[in-house]
Amino acid sequence: MLERAIKGTHGYWGWLIFLLALMGLGLGCYLYQFFEGLKITGMSRDVSWGLYIGQLTYFVGVAASGVMVVLPCYLHDYKAFGRITILGEFLAVASIIMCLLFVFVDLGNPTRIMNVILYPSPNSILFWDMIVLNVYLMLNIVIGWNVLAAERKGVHYKQWIKVLIYISIPWAFSIHTVTAFLYAGIPGRHYWLTAIMAARFLSSAFCAGPALLILLCLIVRRVTTFDPGKEQIRTLAGIVTYAMIFNVFFFLLELFTAFYSQIPGHMHPIVFLFQGLQGHGNLVPWMWTAAVFAILSLVLLIVPATRRNEGTLTVACIILIIATWIDKGLGLIVGGFTPTPFHTVTDYWPTTPEMLITIGIWATGFFVLTILYKITISVKEEVAA
Amino acid sequence: MGVDRREFLKIAGYATLFGLGGKAAIDILAPGELEASMEGIPLTQGKRWSMVLDMRKCLKQQEAGKDGCKECIIACHREHNVPDWGNPMHAIKWIWQDKYEHVFPDTPNQFIDEGVRHKPFILMCNHCFNPPCVRVCPTQATFKRDDGIVSMDMHRCIGCRFCMAACPYGSRSFNWGDPRKAPKELNPDYPTNPAYPERSMGVVEKCNFCVELVAKGEFPACVQACDKIKVNALNFGDLDAPESNVRKLLREHYTIRRKPALGTEPNLFYII
Repeated sequence: MLERAIKGTHGYWGWLIFLLALMGLGLGCYLYQFFEGLKITGMSRDVSWGLYIGQLTYFVGVAASGVMVVLPCYLHDYKAFGRITILGEFLAVASIIMCLLFVFVDLGNPTRIMNVILYPSPNSILFWDMIVLNVYLMLNIVIGWNVLAAERKGVHYKQWIKVLIYISIPWAFSIHTVTAFLYAGIPGRHYWLTAIMAARFLSSAFCAGPALLILLCLIVRRVTTFDPGKEQIRTLAGIVTYAMIFNVFFFLLELFTAFYSQIPGHMHPIVFLFQGLQGHGNLVPWMWTAAVFAILSLVLLIVPATRRNEGTLTVACIILIIATWIDKGLGLIVGGFTPTPFHTVTDYWPTTPEMLITIGIWATGFFVLTILYKITISVKEEVAA
Repeated sequence: MGVDRREFLKIAGYATLFGLGGKAAIDILAPGELEASMEGIPLTQGKRWSMVLDMRKCLKQQEAGKDGCKECIIACHREHNVPDWGNPMHAIKWIWQDKYEHVFPDTPNQFIDEGVRHKPFILMCNHCFNPPCVRVCPTQATFKRDDGIVSMDMHRCIGCRFCMAACPYGSRSFNWGDPRKAPKELNPDYPTNPAYPERSMGVVEKCNFCVELVAKGEFPACVQACDKIKVNALNFGDLDAPESNVRKLLREHYTIRRKPALGTEPNLFYII
């Protein structure tokens, strides 16, 4: 089926070349980082993780959200999603590849990465994160590919694939829970040390991921003859709405605990993010943008007329993705490191090479996604013809 | 190595006789001080190494000099080839000074004794009995030894910096750049100690309670430096031995530890 990836329109090739150019730029910057060290980033001894680990966290969520199409389809026998499960699974594949790359570029000593396997350390959550992410990647590649191959031949996929599909459902929850545990079990980082972290992660994932999938479905409908379907998009929008309500609700719970208890450690990171602390507040405009976009997207999603209108739904999805990205891909990490263990504040802002490396990895993810979607849609178009 | 205290003193004494300086010199000039600080230690056989920092002595010494006192910091950073980047964001710190309110941020008190307010306290790794950095390390590059020292294999570390996020004391530093490329004007004679392994770029490092010296039956470099100027503010000893110097100090003085509520059980105690 791979050959379908090398037959395409000018637009398809143009898009791939554009992504390749961004990937090349990112790779160039990465080589610079590889030889000069992570000092070329905006990270410091106080804010020792930044944009890279934020992206890891965000895209683990997008990957996990594949389950939001798989679960209704296979556990609730919601047949309509059968049309787009592969799109969800391949989105998960592309996301996990981005996650692994983000971990890799964040390592100070990437050539020693195999030490994680050579000296397995079950006490480290990072060890488990490595396992769950890689297994989830494999599950989605195998499932997506086999289901697509069966669809092409007009046969039903094999029974053992069904077993893998059932495994992949709780596995999706596990990847984001384990990722939340990276943060939620660390003493002394108040913004992270919260039992609701995994639940917050899952809710933000289950709105942001399907929102991205809705946008992808709309693009697919526009640039190909395959229509993911009106009903499918409508159901996805419902999922996005509920998940976003939970996401915002969980965040409000955090605010209550912090500000009613008045415990300084709980309040300070939130004050830093939304108001600034000790004269440092470079994330304040970002966090307020996220807050406003979150509420706006909720309004557009909850009002039936705007949720069902694909124009306003598109706007809602875009601003929801921006809001959740700021919250999880930026604020979560910096907020966790602020204030420092010495109760001081050190500013963090990514440098240009750091942003270009990040963009390069996004481009890699979209490159993989484009190819996988191209194959999928070519097969679906053939079967339909 | 198996050098006990008596043997160690003998060697140190001979060393002084031959003009090499060292501990025996202190013993002659300040009799009793060194004996007291070494009570109950065969240095190679500790079970739970710890340190009691007598900040009264330390602050007194710091206030005596015009530019304070940085003897312990200089000695440690020379011993371990710690580069100076001249940039606080990339600083590598094994032992350093910071204001009281930064060292003990969980005990804010706006009406605190002027004797400690803004005063520079000594910080280093707490060598926690229950170290979160060890718990999170995905390669066992950082580990707790049988003698309680939380050590670090800089040649296994992959530089994921999970330990830096996990340490609630800011005691872990990352090599953001190649130490050999640190500004030459700040590090004219780098590397300062060819006997100590150099680290590469992209690994985490920290105070190791001078495992390399303890293995030879010597005190950590900071303790030696402090004893050398006869301040004796840093007391290194075995918390597991009831009659050790540190246990005696803890019995006789009220001491505090950094962020005890986190359950990390720091092995560093401060006499205020």
